[in-house]
Amino acid sequence: MNAQIETQPPISNSRELQLQLQGVDIQFGTHLALKQIDLNVYAGERVAFVGANGSGKSTLLRVIHGVLPFSSGQVHWQPGVQQAMVFQRPHMLRTSVINFVALALWLRGVPWRSAKEQALQALQQVDLQDLAHRNAKTLSGGQQQRLAFARALAVHPQCMLLDEPTSSLDPHAKREVERIMEHWIAESATTLLFSSHNLGQVKRLATRVIYLENGRILADLPTAHFFHQPLERSHPEAHLFLRGERV
Amino acid sequence: MSSLTDSAFAAMDLIAQQDPLLWSVVARSLWVSVWATAIAGVLGICFGAWLAVTRFYGRGVLLTLLNTLLALPSVVVGLVVYLLLSRSGPLGYLGWLFSLKAMVLAQSVLVFPVVAALTRQCVEDADRLHGEQLQSLGAGTGLRSLLLVWDERYVFVTIVITAFGRAISEVGAVMVVGGNIEGFTRVMTTAIALETSKGDLPLALALGLVLLAVVLCLNILVVSLRSWCLRVDGAMSDPLQKAWV
Repeated sequence: MNAQIETQPPISNSRELQLQLQGVDIQFGTHLALKQIDLNVYAGERVAFVGANGSGKSTLLRVIHGVLPFSSGQVHWQPGVQQAMVFQRPHMLRTSVINFVALALWLRGVPWRSAKEQALQALQQVDLQDLAHRNAKTLSGGQQQRLAFARALAVHPQCMLLDEPTSSLDPHAKREVERIMEHWIAESATTLLFSSHNLGQVKRLATRVIYLENGRILADLPTAHFFHQPLERSHPEAHLFLRGERV
Repeated sequence: MSSLTDSAFAAMDLIAQQDPLLWSVVARSLWVSVWATAIAGVLGICFGAWLAVTRFYGRGVLLTLLNTLLALPSVVVGLVVYLLLSRSGPLGYLGWLFSLKAMVLAQSVLVFPVVAALTRQCVEDADRLHGEQLQSLGAGTGLRSLLLVWDERYVFVTIVITAFGRAISEVGAVMVVGGNIEGFTRVMTTAIALETSKGDLPLALALGLVLLAVVLCLNILVVSLRSWCLRVDGAMSDPLQKAWV
């Protein structure tokens, strides 16, 4: 792998550049899952990745998060940026809800006692404080996703990555998680990068939309432009996607 | 058929009378196999978990070798340990040959691949599913493997029982390195082999029944313990966990 993740951005800008990807490729066997991805993300932006299944949204988020090695290119994070990710299907460890959150803090160097106190505060943010001593594995799908959200919030990230956070939930659980997400977004200036199939959610939460197809970025537009301006000529693939012809 | 029935009744009689010879052999067997399983269990789980999450040149060859060792004949293990512990061997200075320690060593070598290979498979499967999320929390390779072992801990109970079953039921290795010395290194399996060759079928059969009973009791104990732990965990509401019990 000749790719590398760096914490020093190579260029400066009047807006605070938090993340920069340059020519990122990722290859699984003979399949190129991401092709020459160039992307700048500025502090406080709320960026949605949209596209059909297999377009590379989740792969891109995992590369950005640093859990998936890429084949070539560079990922630069601004130094000191704390980032956290909520996965589509969060894995629950066989431990109590509070320990599950505290573990994330302890792994970042917070002493265990203090980690548990902070974990309880994070659980309060997602209304799970009453279940603090339950086994995390016994929670419902919606509660598990809220718990994953609490774990991410607990580390006070400057950048939050969400990989289709509500796609595997039933409608009731989806509403619960969305309510928490929207409440958090309204109160926080954290940078948000998320992937979603739910265009209503994208409209409500994102300030910028990136359309991916076959591992390439084919449109990168402000949300209002993406949804309300004609795209037939400028971005025909995104136009077909919005019409439901690329699913 | 009648001799088998007679032997079975005689075996029951020996067990009921609490024959001291019988129970000393049983106790020795348990001592050797419990120690061997404990040693191989700790080392095998650590090695298997490490192997599951690390990637290095030659890993494939090592995995193939490890899986091949699952079919390791116990007499071969006995022979190798014998050569190591014999007076001219590299470990000869220990003076362990024909002792219980030698038998523990031989059984540990025999069951280590079982624990390591099963652990590797279990942790690697778990890592494929959840490793990214643990990595996302900031867990490095070593810590990730430990967390996965902890998370899958009920599976390891089954792995350890499998290892214990392999240890207590083998005869070749302990025969070679222990020498089957009466009152010193004679265990259930070597005693069964000896008594059968002498024609003392009741004692051989009694030992066989006890061997089965020991393994059965241990399984019942472990399954009960696991059910209890799952109930305490509250994980019984998970259908997958229900299927385990």
